[in-house]
Amino acid sequence: MAQFTLPKNSKITQGKTWPKPEGATNVRKFKIYRWNPDDGQNPRVDTYFLDMDKCGPMILDALIKIKNEIDPTLTFRRSCREGICGSCAMNIDGINTLACIYGLDEVKGDVKIYPLPHMPVVKDLIPDLTHFYAQHASIMPWLETKTNRPAKEWKQSIEDRKKLDGLYECVMCASCSTSCPSYWWNGDRYLGPAALLHAYRWIIDSRDEATGERLDQLEDPFKLYRCHTIMNCTNTCPKGLNPAKAIAEIKKMMVERVV
Amino acid sequence: MQYLTDRKRAQGLGAGGAGAHHHWVEIATSIALLFIVPLAIFVFGFGMGGTREEVLAYFAHPFVAIVLSICLIIGIYHIKLETLAAVEDYVHGIKGKLTQIAVTGFSYVLIGTGLFAIARIAF
Repeated sequence: MAQFTLPKNSKITQGKTWPKPEGATNVRKFKIYRWNPDDGQNPRVDTYFLDMDKCGPMILDALIKIKNEIDPTLTFRRSCREGICGSCAMNIDGINTLACIYGLDEVKGDVKIYPLPHMPVVKDLIPDLTHFYAQHASIMPWLETKTNRPAKEWKQSIEDRKKLDGLYECVMCASCSTSCPSYWWNGDRYLGPAALLHAYRWIIDSRDEATGERLDQLEDPFKLYRCHTIMNCTNTCPKGLNPAKAIAEIKKMMVERVV
Repeated sequence: MQYLTDRKRAQGLGAGGAGAHHHWVEIATSIALLFIVPLAIFVFGFGMGGTREEVLAYFAHPFVAIVLSICLIIGIYHIKLETLAAVEDYVHGIKGKLTQIAVTGFSYVLIGTGLFAIARIAF
């Protein structure tokens, strides 16, 4: 049965409130989810204050400033700081997005930051994405061919290459999958929007020769058909992609095979 | 505790090989209901307001009986498909399987009872 309430040891408590920066006039409040697996305590929400006159424009700038200047124990993933690596995906002001490309000016009032929802937490803002990555691997995200390898290259027309636009840009940040209620309740079996978007990317690749096998692998009430077109994935994608459409296209191909 | 690799856990037992038919029938029945429900409401409402004998005679008409029977069969079958999808979403394990059997059984009982009622009036 789907679990609709948090277990006792996951209930969030009031955390520490850090002092305001002295002499600052443009101060902003940040409420950030904290959990340390080593201290045996429940998760808590700590409150930090930042002088916005001395802070960069993005949420990630604020997090780095907090880590550097206030609380070095605050833990989060980050790398490229320009929306390419997908590391800093987190729930900001109720929206799953990338901290590096989400502006502080896009949040009204206090800035509330939580890890991606409904995933096991490793520490603070870091979710455990092991299963998510394994699901991605399970859709065989590589070119599968049966024809002998050509002497030079696998050719693709400009039109066929265009079909991959809006698909190949996915950075696997997991914002979409973790915003999907179907993935929350059945994430162990449902592949989720990210893996399915990648599956579609390879299904429609004109060079790939395993289309049938790929569709066979998705023909399952859980792997594919848990998608109920809720559209949270498309709504939240920080790269502006449309996983819901990709899933709908796979479903259309499935119907074409049987009707 | 099971020592499974991440990949094995993600692949599970593989694909069930079903789902497309369920999806297609859901779409087909929804489109059918788009036409049959307004027609059934109109046909049902048109028979109201007379004496008992007049109403029984109206519902015994083959066209009325057939329209209501089709609406009943497709409507409940569609609801059954959607309910099963909801059960698969939220109820797992043995409870889920038993609930699916119960929903399926109940749906066919409803269809059978409805058809019996219509047939009793019609014949």
